Amino acid sequence: MIEHLVPAMAEICGRDGVVTDPLDLRTYECDGLTSHRAAPAMVVLPRTAEQVAAVVRVCAAAKVPFVARGSGTGLSGGALPRADGVLIVTSRMRRIIAVDPASQRAIVEPGVTNLAVSTAARPYGYFYAPDPSSQQVCSVGGNVAENSGGAHCLKHGFTVHHVLGLEIVTPAGELVWLGDGTGSAPGYDLMGAFIGSEGTLGIATKIIVKLTKIPQMVTCLLAGFETTGAGGAAVSAIIGAGIVPAAIEMMDALAIEAAEEAVACNYPEGAGAVLIVELDGPESDVRRDREAVRTLCQEAGSTEIREAVDAAERAAIWVGRKSAFAAVGRICPAYIVQDGVVPRTALGSVLDKIAQLSAESGIRVANVFHAGDGNLHPLVLYDDSSPAATTAAEELSGAILDLCISHGGSITGEHGVGVDKSRYMPKMFGADDLDTMQLLRCAFDPQNLCNPGKIFPTPRLCGEVPGARRGPHPLVASGQAEQF
Amino acid sequence: MAGDAVLRALATACPAARAADGSDAVAGVTPRYAASPASVAEASALLHAAADHGLCVVARGSGSRLDWGAAPHRCDLVVDTTLLNQVVEHAAGDLVTRVQAGVGLDRLGEVLAAAGQQLALDALAGVRNGTAADAGSAAGGNGSAGQPATIGGTLATGVAGPRRLRYGTPRDLVIGITVVRADGTVASSGGKVVKNVAGYDLGKLFAGSYGTLGLIVEAVFRLHPLPSAAGYTTMAADGPAAAHRAVAAAAGSELAPTAVEISRSGRGQPVRVGVLLEGDPAGVDERSAVLRALLGDGAMTAPEPPGWWGRYDPGTGTLIRVAFWADALPRVLAVIDAAAAAAGVDPLVAGSAAAGVVYAALREDADTGAAAGFIAALRAALARGEADARPQAAARPDSPPVLASVVVLHAPPPVRDQVDLWGPVPGLALMRAVKDQFDPGHRMAPGRFVGGI
Repeated sequence: MIEHLVPAMAEICGRDGVVTDPLDLRTYECDGLTSHRAAPAMVVLPRTAEQVAAVVRVCAAAKVPFVARGSGTGLSGGALPRADGVLIVTSRMRRIIAVDPASQRAIVEPGVTNLAVSTAARPYGYFYAPDPSSQQVCSVGGNVAENSGGAHCLKHGFTVHHVLGLEIVTPAGELVWLGDGTGSAPGYDLMGAFIGSEGTLGIATKIIVKLTKIPQMVTCLLAGFETTGAGGAAVSAIIGAGIVPAAIEMMDALAIEAAEEAVACNYPEGAGAVLIVELDGPESDVRRDREAVRTLCQEAGSTEIREAVDAAERAAIWVGRKSAFAAVGRICPAYIVQDGVVPRTALGSVLDKIAQLSAESGIRVANVFHAGDGNLHPLVLYDDSSPAATTAAEELSGAILDLCISHGGSITGEHGVGVDKSRYMPKMFGADDLDTMQLLRCAFDPQNLCNPGKIFPTPRLCGEVPGARRGPHPLVASGQAEQF
Repeated sequence: MAGDAVLRALATACPAARAADGSDAVAGVTPRYAASPASVAEASALLHAAADHGLCVVARGSGSRLDWGAAPHRCDLVVDTTLLNQVVEHAAGDLVTRVQAGVGLDRLGEVLAAAGQQLALDALAGVRNGTAADAGSAAGGNGSAGQPATIGGTLATGVAGPRRLRYGTPRDLVIGITVVRADGTVASSGGKVVKNVAGYDLGKLFAGSYGTLGLIVEAVFRLHPLPSAAGYTTMAADGPAAAHRAVAAAAGSELAPTAVEISRSGRGQPVRVGVLLEGDPAGVDERSAVLRALLGDGAMTAPEPPGWWGRYDPGTGTLIRVAFWADALPRVLAVIDAAAAAAGVDPLVAGSAAAGVVYAALREDADTGAAAGFIAALRAALARGEADARPQAAARPDSPPVLASVVVLHAPPPVRDQVDLWGPVPGLALMRAVKDQFDPGHRMAPGRFVGGI
């Protein structure tokens, strides 16, 4: 379909930087959302920002759509290729350009893994705070696209709070810096708008990240409860006491059961819920907070509390939580993972309703969630060999998202909209909201070639807007058009 | 008469619309009309009516920063947001609040403090009418009528004070926003939960946009608990190098400082360094003791901020913001000193050194030519890379062309009209494209912002 572009792409990326063999192309047909697949017409693997820009210029001139892919771990299909387009893979751009502890910054290429940034910063006493569970594999460029958070975002924030500058390739194929690494560059915060735009506004080719001082002390507690309600009450008490843990995670009985089978994490037996509370900061503060958290969990009826005394015990506490998604794969052939958010105070009521929906449909739902910020990951378990079961699971999944919206939450806390949830966008936002958001897209990508079809169910036409005008039309003023 | 017809149309949309007078002037430009919408619906109808008649619009909250930015090319209608004064919701259990744009920062602070919470923003303490702001008060940049800044104004100018080191600037705290576009369309993004990546983040886009993309009518913020104790540890460094050592020691420690500030009243004066630690009382005491040992002889801790804290702007003069990579602090101070000496001025230099932001302030009675010369010399030095702390391994193009910026936030009209307020703006073409999409008629605060936007 686009074979005529191969010579130009090979000229830019080298022949070994262009993939055209159909079998090889299929290995790129999906990201972490395996339910949606489409082999791209071509894959390119540039090594430099200039190569990315040149590739995009070729696409723009040929009006061929393109999609960027980091490590392909995304859970919303953000890197789902276009069958008629080019997939631009950044995995060969993995230079850690500089680590600058004196200014608490690092500059990295987009293919660098999230964990690699922290590893490079550690010798200086720093780390990179946004830490998705997939951090060993996921790329910083992907983190920028999705505004990734991770378990510790409750205290430490998301990617947008830790990026101070971006070099991007615009959909027209130009290299532009957004932000200068100071966090106070003049003009619109296009960098802030770009982060979380899911690859629809351009491709990040260099990222200036903020580094965070490694806390003096990190510890965590594991608390078992009879019910998620009791666990939720403990969370409310902790937040209400003015404590800001680094992370608060909760798992329900089904998730615990799966994790136990997978990794023998030895969580409190028979617990209806477990809470993992991680605290970090100056040692005196952490010790005091840990005492307070222990007391509050006991007062909320915790049946068993364990405190990690060292890093090994801490890792042991986290093992079950980190394995949860993969673990449910052992107790069921397939699962849909949702990423809804509800106000934390509504967690109890929403969990009850999910339990109700599960009981009514007979479909099991395991719950793992970031209890501190109301970000749920209900794992809807089903047998994907049955079309009826698949449909029912998808319906239940949608009902859970509806629940999140009706409670004033969000359809996605961290995984992104991608293709997976674009049909829910009109439930969360009005037509004018979506129209206004897409003005941004029109500014960056008027040709609609840059990761098209993601986020918004209906693309906006980027042409004329009716209405009274003052002065020459902008297109006339910039010399791009005549008006007569 | 045509004027009456326009006013009638505005008043139909917004009952509190009237002919404007001199007190409604924006940076010396007197509009024809002023209107105070009392609801989002009224604001929408008002802007729609303004669009019908091709009016250029400038928003005004308390007016505390109305003189920031360039003078508008044209201003027909001032939209006063002070009737949009509802704290719509304070969900204390979720640490979230939804407020209308006209709510004052101080009033919001009172509401939140009643539940032991805060919107962790310091407005810049300043002076507008020649009298000193409350000593030690870090909140509420006072406007021309002594009114504190509004939420809308704070967001639109993107201002942040000392605690930006820990909590960020307004764009870091906003999780949802409702705006009215130039054509009257009402649009929202984000929501009322902190974790939310659905759709584009208009809050980031509108933060710091000086009203040029539309009218901010509501915003949702994430909150933080009010700490139960605070300790301000201060010392006087004898020069830039010593100040830099102190700042770097505090910022690079494990003490988790909330703010690390400097202030120097004039060339050759000691550089005062102040570090804020927050938390519970025992923890603050312990950490402050460690901090004092780190900073050396002369370091003292007090529960109240020193008089110079957060005070960057001593009057209605010229306020210049220099942003840089933190390690460049001594270079930045040297650049300021050289430019100031050459121009014959002696600014107050103060700011959030560890966060890479300092302000140079000239009094209103400073000579216009000297002020302009100072700014030009600063810009030239930055263009030569003299304020860059570029890592050795990151030569261009692996890093941006210039790693620092100089922006003139406000200046007396003779200075403002002579100088380039913004300096070089990477990405300006993209910014123009965004402006053209949001406000194709260029009627929202035209000319106030970068590149004449």
